[in-house]
Order: sequence, then structure tokens, then C-alpha cells
Amino acid sequence: MTDTPLVIAGKSFTSRFFLGTGKFKNKKDLSDSIAAGGSQIVTVALRRIDLDHHEENILEHIPPHVTLLTNTSGARTAQEAVRIARLARASGCGDWVKIEVINDSKYLLPDNQETIKATEILAAEGFVVLPYISPDLYAARALVKAGAATVMPLGSFIGSNQGIKTKEFIQVLINEIELPIVVDAGIGAPSDAAQAMEMGADAVLVNTAVATAQNPVVLARAFALAVEAGRLAYLSGLPLERFIANASSPLTGFLYDDIPTN
Amino acid sequence: MMTFQQIKNILNDKSPQSVEGLAQEAARTTRQHFGRAIGLYGPLYLSNFCSSHCTYCGFHSHNQIQRMKLEPEQYRKEMQFIHAQGICNILMLTGESYKHTPVTYLKEAAVIASEYFQGVSLEVHPMQTSEYKELFTAGVDGITVYQETYDRTRYAEVHLSGYKKDYDFRYGTPHRAAEAGMRQISLGVLLGLSDTANDVYALYQHVRELEKSFPGVEYSVSFPRLRTVKTEALAICDVDDIQFVKIIALTRILFPRVGINLSTRESPQLRDHLLEIAITRISAGSNTSVGGYTLLEEKDQDPQFDIKDERTVEEIVQLLKSKNFDPVFTDWRHIENTL
Repeated sequence: MTDTPLVIAGKSFTSRFFLGTGKFKNKKDLSDSIAAGGSQIVTVALRRIDLDHHEENILEHIPPHVTLLTNTSGARTAQEAVRIARLARASGCGDWVKIEVINDSKYLLPDNQETIKATEILAAEGFVVLPYISPDLYAARALVKAGAATVMPLGSFIGSNQGIKTKEFIQVLINEIELPIVVDAGIGAPSDAAQAMEMGADAVLVNTAVATAQNPVVLARAFALAVEAGRLAYLSGLPLERFIANASSPLTGFLYDDIPTN
Repeated sequence: MMTFQQIKNILNDKSPQSVEGLAQEAARTTRQHFGRAIGLYGPLYLSNFCSSHCTYCGFHSHNQIQRMKLEPEQYRKEMQFIHAQGICNILMLTGESYKHTPVTYLKEAAVIASEYFQGVSLEVHPMQTSEYKELFTAGVDGITVYQETYDRTRYAEVHLSGYKKDYDFRYGTPHRAAEAGMRQISLGVLLGLSDTANDVYALYQHVRELEKSFPGVEYSVSFPRLRTVKTEALAICDVDDIQFVKIIALTRILFPRVGINLSTRESPQLRDHLLEIAITRISAGSNTSVGGYTLLEEKDQDPQFDIKDERTVEEIVQLLKSKNFDPVFTDWRHIENTL
């Protein structure tokens, strides 16, 4: 079965596995994980890009064919996210930006309202905006209007490895929103990634699980396979739970003479 | 949150199993939330003029040391030196003196520091919200202020005069700094000043209060242990390494995302072990004297405390890498701060 590529802002990607770059113990693990997972979109926090130290500069360890998605980690308001995105573009990090507006250092939950505001401003300035949100239908619709390129709902608390706790809410976004849905945050194991893809998500973004694994490179590969498996399952028309719940005693059999009722 | 009694019991239980269990859980939590990234910062002492008399401090107003305040061209030289070592986050410190290091002085230092560093923090006398706002817009992102001890009686005994005598004003300092927009706030207790369990518990309460009122701030905590200054012993009760490790580990378990700093007060050996357990930020290549990096000969220096870890920035970086840690020089990109 052949799949269509994932298209974001007119750019095609064959990989549906995005990788985050935080928490790796060294830069080699990071670049090897990108290679092993075949990620074509990699997110980097501008705050962690070390322009002063050539060797420590994370950008030196991301292959040129990979699309760099700078994130606005550290922004607490729309205004700060906008400033960080502009600074990223001015530093040569390109136009692709993942909006992260977090004004809670304990749970690290995104502020949807501020995220929408930042998306509107940056999309109007020509940025390709991938906003990270708590899965909420109204926020997602507002993001579509604001010019977002995707919607990135969280599966569970960032860095928690808890899996897709917000499943039903993400499913609503998958059903209703025309933009690519990228499940971000909380994906702790390849099975979580497969689950998101089976549900019909267009891609997943993983960071903590891979970066903090004993062998990140092997786990990156495992994630890539799981994402592919989940995608294939979705394309196959996988009978999901809701379709299985057939009543054991038909209620309308009486309408037809040739169907025996029991 | 644990009760005071639970915390006291944990800190009093010195069995190796109990220490090991806490350390293991703390290490897991640290790796999950921070990976193996260790932030690096450099301290810069701008002035040692002080109007407070704190009996345990090398800078206190009654101590006969050479008083110095760096002028802009002098601290610029110190900043250039620290920057050349690779440091991107600077913590600028002064004694507690509104008179000698007023807001105007600190603002100018912040503006110049922003030319060299991505993250600029201050550890100076407590101020009003309006003053913190001025500093924030001048480029200061972080404030460090330790309550030292949360035991009011003991606090009064060791803070004899000056602004620092006012317990409540000091207690409210992180709140005022947060109100002014500061991104990072660092709190701490000076272990050895008073009952340890009491102080650790009160610090936890203080952080919880702040988290509720100002959830957007990144908090970190430090647990300096009372040290000798030029060999004069000042500690009142000793916090040994076992108890110290337990405090650090327990803090990590109760505050998974809060940064835990460790200064060069501690020995290289202990610092290296604590990195595996819970520490997320360390100072490197530190000098704790005013003008200590480029301006004064060592014999002429009056440090605030004696440094136990004298390794250079480069040595620290190599050590971190050899132990599979990722040294993080930059964790913030300086953006214009507006109110």
C-alpha cells in the first residue's frame, strides 16, 4: 500500500516522525537518532542554540536535508513568542516555527489563547507556524483561521511519557480539522506513537522518550517503525473500537423476512 | 506535599538504604525532566560594600576587609574574561547596599552584561517591585535571593543590622521580583544556620506559594552549606554529606522540574556525585572576590567564601562530557524585556 506524503505549507515529507532535540546526553546521540529515525523535521529550542561555541552548536549536528523547526520555548506570552520567532529567523534558523507559549513551569501546559495570538501575528509575517496546544476544538479552529500550518495537540504532560491521555479530544481534532494534526508531548513508547497514527494523526513528535533512553538510536528506529505501522493500519481502514460495538441482538431484523432473528 | 514530620523523619534516617532509595528516585526524576543537560553559569562580584551585619558572612559590614566597587570599565573587563571562558549566563552579585550599589548602578551593569551574556541574573539586596521592573527592562532575567533561615528567632540572632534584618521584606522579595516579570527566581537556605528540617520544609512551602501565585516563573533552589571564610569557622550546626545528599534528592522528588544549583563551595568529588542525582546547574571557573578574575592579585582578594572546586570552565566541560553529561552554556536567548 502506498501512502501520500505529508504536506505542510506546500512542502512534502515522507517521514511522519518528528524528533525533538532536548535532553540528549551528547550531540552524537542526537545526530545518530535523527538518522536512525529518518526524521525530516526536527525541532530545536532557540534558547538552546549556542552560537558562541561552534562544537556545542546543535545546528551543526542536524543534517542539511532536515527541516529545522525552531521552537519558542521560554516564551510566556504571545509577544515573547513573536520576539523569539523573529530572532530565530534573523539568526538564520528559517521560517518554520513551533509556537510554544507556556506560562506554567510546573505542568508546562501551553496557553492556547496566547498561542493563537502569536500564530496570527507570525503567519501574517510569512512564518510557517506549527502551534503546540492543549487539544481543544475551538482553539484548533481559531488556529486554522489564524493561518497555522498544522495543529499540534498534546497527548499528555510534556516529558511525562504517559502516552495519549487526551485521546478522545485529539480524535475530535483529527475528525474536524483540515490541517495536519501532529501529536506532540507525552508519547513515551513506540506503541503510543502507533496508537496516535492508528487514530488518524498525520504525524507525531517525540523527544524525551528517545533522548533519555539508554540507547536513543535504537529507540528512534523503533519509533519510526511504529509510526509507519500505525499509519499503515490507519490507511488499511483498521476497524477501531467504535465500529466493533455491534448489538448482539438485531433490532431491525423484523423488517426483513429472509434474515432470521434470534 | 509531605508534612513537616515526614520530612524530618526522612532527613533523620541515615541508613544507607534510605539514602540510596531517595537518590535512585531523584536520579530517575532528574533524567526524565532534564535529561543529562547541566547548565553552566559564572558569578561576577561587582561590589562588597554592605550595610548589613550578618554574623556568618565574609562581606558583613563590621568585617575589616578592603571594600571595593567595580566601575563600568572594570566590570566590563571582568565580563570579557568570563565570556572568553565560554560562559553565557552570568550571575552578578553585590553586598547589600542601596547606597553603594543603587538601582542605577545595577541597571548600567545589566545593560553592559547583556552585550556579552544571554542570561543575566542578580544576587543583590532586596528591592521594591518598581525597582525590579526597571531592572527587568534593563535586561535582568533572574533574581537570586536566599532567606538564609526561615526560623525567625535565629534570623534575628544572625542578622544584626541593616536591611537584611527585616525578615518579612526579605521573604516577600521573590514575590516582588516575580510580579515585576522576572523569568527565573532562585531561592535557598544557608544550611547550618538553624534546624535543617525546619528550614528545608519552610523553603518548600515558600516555593509552593510562589508556584501558585506566579506559575510562569522558572524556579530553582540552592542549598549552600556554611563554610569557613579565610579559615574562620562559622557553622552553627553541621550538615554532613549524608544529610546534604538527602536534602538534594528529596527536593528533586518533591519538585521534579525545579532547578537545583550547586556552587563551588562544595568539593569536586561531592559535586560530581550530586550531578548524577539531581543537580541541574553549576557554577564554573568561579571567583568570589570583587575584581578577582582580572583586577586583583590573589593575595589581595577578600572572597565572600572560600572555593573548594577550583577547576576551570574547560576542565568542568571536559569532566561533564567524560561522564556523559551535556554541558549547556546557553539556555536563554536575550530578548527585549517589556512590562
